[in-house]
Amino acid sequence: MSRVSDPAGGNAGAPVLVLGAGSDIARAIAQLLAARGHPLQLAARNPAALDRDAADYATRHGVAVTTHAYDATDLARIEAFLDGLPALPRIVISAVGLMGDQEANAADPARAAEVIATNFTGPALTLEAAARRIAAAGGPGAVIGISSVAGDRGRAKNYVYGAAKAGFTAWLSGLRQKHARGPVLVMTVKPGFVATAMTEGMDLPAALTTTPEALAARIVAALDRGRPVHVDPLWRIVMGVIAHLPERIFMRTRF
Amino acid sequence: MTRRVELSGWGRWPRVLCTVASPARPEAVAPTLAALPSAIPRGLGRSYGDAALNAAGVISCRRLDRMIRFDPGTGLLEAEAGVTLDAVIAAFLPRGFFPAVTPGTRFVTIGGAIAADVHGKNHHRDGSFADHVAWFDLLCPDGELRRCSPQSNPELFRATPGAMGLTGTILTAAIRLRRVETGWIMQRTIVAPDLDAAIAAFEANLDATYSVAWIDCLAGGARRGRSLVYLGEHATRDDLPPARRARPFEIPHRRPRRVPLDAPAVALNRLTVGLFNAAYFRAGSRRSGPELVDWARYFHPLDSLLDWNRIYGRRGFAQYQCALPLATAREGLSALLGAIAASGLGSFLAVLKRFGPGAPDRPLSFPIEGYTLALDFPVSAAALRLMDRLDAITREAGGRLYLAKDSRMTPETLKAGYGPALDRFRALRAAQEGPGRMTSALAQRLGL
Ligand SMILES: Cc1cc2nc3c(=O)[nH]c(=O)nc-3n(C[C@H](O)[C@H](O)[C@H](O)COP(=O)(O)OP(=O)(O)OC[C@H]3O[C@@H](n4cnc5c(N)ncnc54)[C@H](O)[C@@H]3O)c2cc1C
Ligand SMILES: NC(=O)c1ccc[n+]([C@@H]2O[C@H](COP(=O)([O-])OP(=O)(O)OC[C@H]3O[C@@H](n4cnc5c(N)ncnc54)[C@H](OP(=O)(O)O)[C@@H]3O)[C@@H](O)[C@H]2O)c1
Repeated sequence: MSRVSDPAGGNAGAPVLVLGAGSDIARAIAQLLAARGHPLQLAARNPAALDRDAADYATRHGVAVTTHAYDATDLARIEAFLDGLPALPRIVISAVGLMGDQEANAADPARAAEVIATNFTGPALTLEAAARRIAAAGGPGAVIGISSVAGDRGRAKNYVYGAAKAGFTAWLSGLRQKHARGPVLVMTVKPGFVATAMTEGMDLPAALTTTPEALAARIVAALDRGRPVHVDPLWRIVMGVIAHLPERIFMRTRF
Repeated sequence: MTRRVELSGWGRWPRVLCTVASPARPEAVAPTLAALPSAIPRGLGRSYGDAALNAAGVISCRRLDRMIRFDPGTGLLEAEAGVTLDAVIAAFLPRGFFPAVTPGTRFVTIGGAIAADVHGKNHHRDGSFADHVAWFDLLCPDGELRRCSPQSNPELFRATPGAMGLTGTILTAAIRLRRVETGWIMQRTIVAPDLDAAIAAFEANLDATYSVAWIDCLAGGARRGRSLVYLGEHATRDDLPPARRARPFEIPHRRPRRVPLDAPAVALNRLTVGLFNAAYFRAGSRRSGPELVDWARYFHPLDSLLDWNRIYGRRGFAQYQCALPLATAREGLSALLGAIAASGLGSFLAVLKRFGPGAPDRPLSFPIEGYTLALDFPVSAAALRLMDRLDAITREAGGRLYLAKDSRMTPETLKAGYGPALDRFRALRAAQEGPGRMTSALAQRLGL
């Protein structure tokens, strides 16, 4: 598989589409790819809020940046959204996500649907369509979905979010197999705790919490090496244990 | 949203439990300030003492980190106040631009650099940071956002550099970068066997772009003040070996190391510091002729050791930095070095630098024409006593202390050092009333 990006600036003209571009994790990834010269297409519900970031990438890296309105829950408009981009993106990253309040998510069907569309069906259908288009154009390309270790086992604390992420992870796995012999890399990222706006104010254990910058560097390194799944090594162990705890024991834990 | 966090300056002393807010956008700062009883902005916390501490409210500028635009014709960069010099260098050195003034670490914000009016090794030629600032937008205590430049709100434009955040919060600024041909410095080392020789070396090289001296503060007797004086010029492309000319801005990659834990209190004592200083001096003395040094090693040698402030142990340390006027500098420096040698407390890092004319129209800007000496001492009763003695010598010489480094001077020492300018500054502060009260632990200690 030829590379869609490389540290030496190869293929630097390949546009990068960032969904949920205002997220701290997305910004850290965009910063690294813009530094290599990739033009950026930034998408969020309120594109005006991205103007500040657009100016920042353009100033730092001298790349072209455009902003676009994108609502992941508007499933019917996904193809039209992709049609509206100035060029076919070759790398698509979804950092779209919504944690919400677990109690409310579980009690209110509208909220449950929103969490599922935001974390699962919206990003999944978007990456599905993007991968199809990139493959049709002959590649090379990559679609990267940011899921979560929360999808590895449903926990009382956040299982609506976790279930949606589990769905997203499974979809990406299938999409990857479908494109296994094609020119598109389908990558799943399952972060543990990341210190971002989403987790601000939460009391996270320092040893298990990474920064958006460190996570972004590892995602881009994984992209360079064509690695399909990225999980923090420490979290791989933690979730390996949690996911395999027998139900009897799991029931008695509180994490 | 606010958090309660124990914060300190780089010296890790004192520590204060602070209410901290991190507004996500420049427009979010005003409402954040309005919701706090009082506040002080904070950049990367590289000031050593209590300048960026306030139990009631700290505005972290961490998220105000976007660049806005750059004009390669003039080298003018507009950026939010939380953008770091590290980021500026990363973005613009590859295009042939470098900060006009950089302190000894690149991990400072533009806001912090203006607020302290920081100086670099080129102060004698190029002045301090604010000399390269075209304008900044200041959110004042009355809630108004004011564009400050030589033309608009000139009084605030002059009073803010050096004011350590007390005139308001800088949200955005425009700074001028200088053009460079390479990322390398051509360095020349002059061995000065004593203080007179060190001063003579500085005076003979006022036209050098950069000059700074490492001074052995433990050497006594005839060797008092022995130093290695480093002169530097930006290397041109032709100065580089042919192999480097194609990529003149690339420098060898060094993986930064991190100090993993607090050193035990005994690690730095007179013996280890004395041995280090003697060895360093010998090594430096053997160096001869000009050599090429990359920008990171030249300007920010300590940055390759992350969290180096932990080598002073949990109790923290204090930095002592004074500036003495030209007329009294020789005598004053000699007395300072004498007091340090007599105390038996060595400073691991002792730096001497020639200042050019300061900026008398900026009331709290630190540099005055003369010499500045900077020393680090692990906090102890003996070190605090020594620094009180150094204060007396500094005052006697008509000198002053740097607020960005200070954690312990008295209001009297401040008054002696800054004179009538202090009254002008207090008057300006008093006139700046409003609901968004700016104050810090430093301001309260010194009655600013
Ligand atoms: C290793 C090392 C070497 C150094 N070398 C030098 C040197 O050579 N020359 C020199 O001059 N200094 C030097 N310093 C000191 C340092 O440059 C200054 O203290 C600088 O102000 C630190 O910037 P900061 O962003 O960390 O600010 P902080 O330390 O967080 O804050 C410093 C001051 O700036 C104010 N401030 C921060 N942001 C804003 C804002 N947006 N608006 C208004 N006020 C604000 C704060 O209230 C505070 O009073 C050195 C420090 C270290 C650790
Ligand atoms: N932080 C963590 O600890 C952690 C851990 C594991 C996984 N993750 C995942 O990492 C990703 C990034 O998260 P983050 O921590 O950076 O949090 P964040 O800042 O809250 O990012 C979430 C992003 O999703 C966007 N978004 C929400 N609803 C949307 C919708 N309907 N349509 C389009 N965009 C929408 C938001 O953009 P707008 O609101 O601007 O539209 C926001 O940029 C998420 O998928 C998250 O689930 C985070």
